[in-house]
Amino acid sequence: MSKREEKIYSPDVGWKDITHGGTITTAGNAELFLTGDWRSMKPVWLKDKCKQCLMCYYVCPDTAILIDENGKRIDFNYNHCKGCGICYKVCPFKAIDFVNEI
Amino acid sequence: MAYNFKEVARKPERFTGGHRMCAGCGAPVVIRQILRALKPEDHAVISAATGCLEVSTFLYPYSAWKDSFIHSAFENAAATISGAEAAYNGMRRRGKLDQEGETKFIAFGGDGGTYDIGIQALSGAMERGHDMVYVCYDNGAYMNTGIQRSSATPMFADTTTSPVGRESQGKNQRKKDLTEIMVNHHIPYVAQTAAIGNLKDLYEKAEKAIYTKGPAFLNVLAPCPRGWRYEASDLMQINKLAVDTCFWPLYEVVEGKYTVNYKPKNKLPVVEFLKAQGRFRHLFKKGNEELLDMIQKEVDRRWERLLSLEASN
Repeated sequence: MSKREEKIYSPDVGWKDITHGGTITTAGNAELFLTGDWRSMKPVWLKDKCKQCLMCYYVCPDTAILIDENGKRIDFNYNHCKGCGICYKVCPFKAIDFVNEI
Repeated sequence: MAYNFKEVARKPERFTGGHRMCAGCGAPVVIRQILRALKPEDHAVISAATGCLEVSTFLYPYSAWKDSFIHSAFENAAATISGAEAAYNGMRRRGKLDQEGETKFIAFGGDGGTYDIGIQALSGAMERGHDMVYVCYDNGAYMNTGIQRSSATPMFADTTTSPVGRESQGKNQRKKDLTEIMVNHHIPYVAQTAAIGNLKDLYEKAEKAIYTKGPAFLNVLAPCPRGWRYEASDLMQINKLAVDTCFWPLYEVVEGKYTVNYKPKNKLPVVEFLKAQGRFRHLFKKGNEELLDMIQKEVDRRWERLLSLEASN
């Protein structure tokens, strides 16, 4: 990250530091913003029960279920998961548990 | 090309996490799948009308889009993207572009920015025949500003500007049928879809819309847990009920020819869809049976009409 970009992401950014016209030059940088702390309920992946059907992968609104290079799902990305529970309701094999965050 | 669920999953993700849509929102699911229909080597230029999607995915200095994105006003997403398309064609004609793959132009709008505020820009862009796709994600009210009624709000839904009380039973008017309006623009491709099952219908329609030369329009159901008042985790169940009750039929119109893509084996009564949502709770009070009946009749009428249009191709 360049010095200028670093400045943009800090809370004390001033008008002289921001980009002209409010342009965003790094596509897809919302990944840096962590929405995981919104969660009150948390999905838990039960690896043994998972049949890799990938239904959960498609229905996640937060791109928090990722797949590896072999096309298999891997564990949740808790940095982005907001704990909506759609994956847990959609799983045909009950391979996702939905529990209290704390 | 047949829909291979597992192959499609391996296509690059063009919409990242870390956007600020509500937990359980129906729109990002739809957007992810539509963008996945792009070929990996192709580029996209995207614009969104003001709405939940726009204000939550493009908060300075963060963008959840891996493609070019243009921040647009409420009424002119279609005009913005048609202008970008014209500029692109101009530059290519003069040999000023040197890139691999094609560039596709996609506009997203909520129902407020499409059914109501953006309809003149949309109608104009479709009529001018730009090679673009307009996607309306229909959540049935102005959810971004606090659930105000729009012309896409279904009859008798409770919203903050059509509140239920002693004198009112929610929105009095019928839902506008935007898909039909777009069909009557006689553009090459119009479809209505929703994220159901393994999202095959949505993917295939997105692919057709993006790779059909000329203007295309998609109307996609995007349930809103806050505005519709249902449990956030029920998204896929709500989608399924909307389709199985024929409240939201899945169909496409290619060059004026209708195809109904999904005809439920057991058409459920619309009550099943309504009772899953808090915004229709008042309809289940004693004395309101007549209103439920009215909704059922309206749904049936539109469904029958659609079937007869398909039969008369």
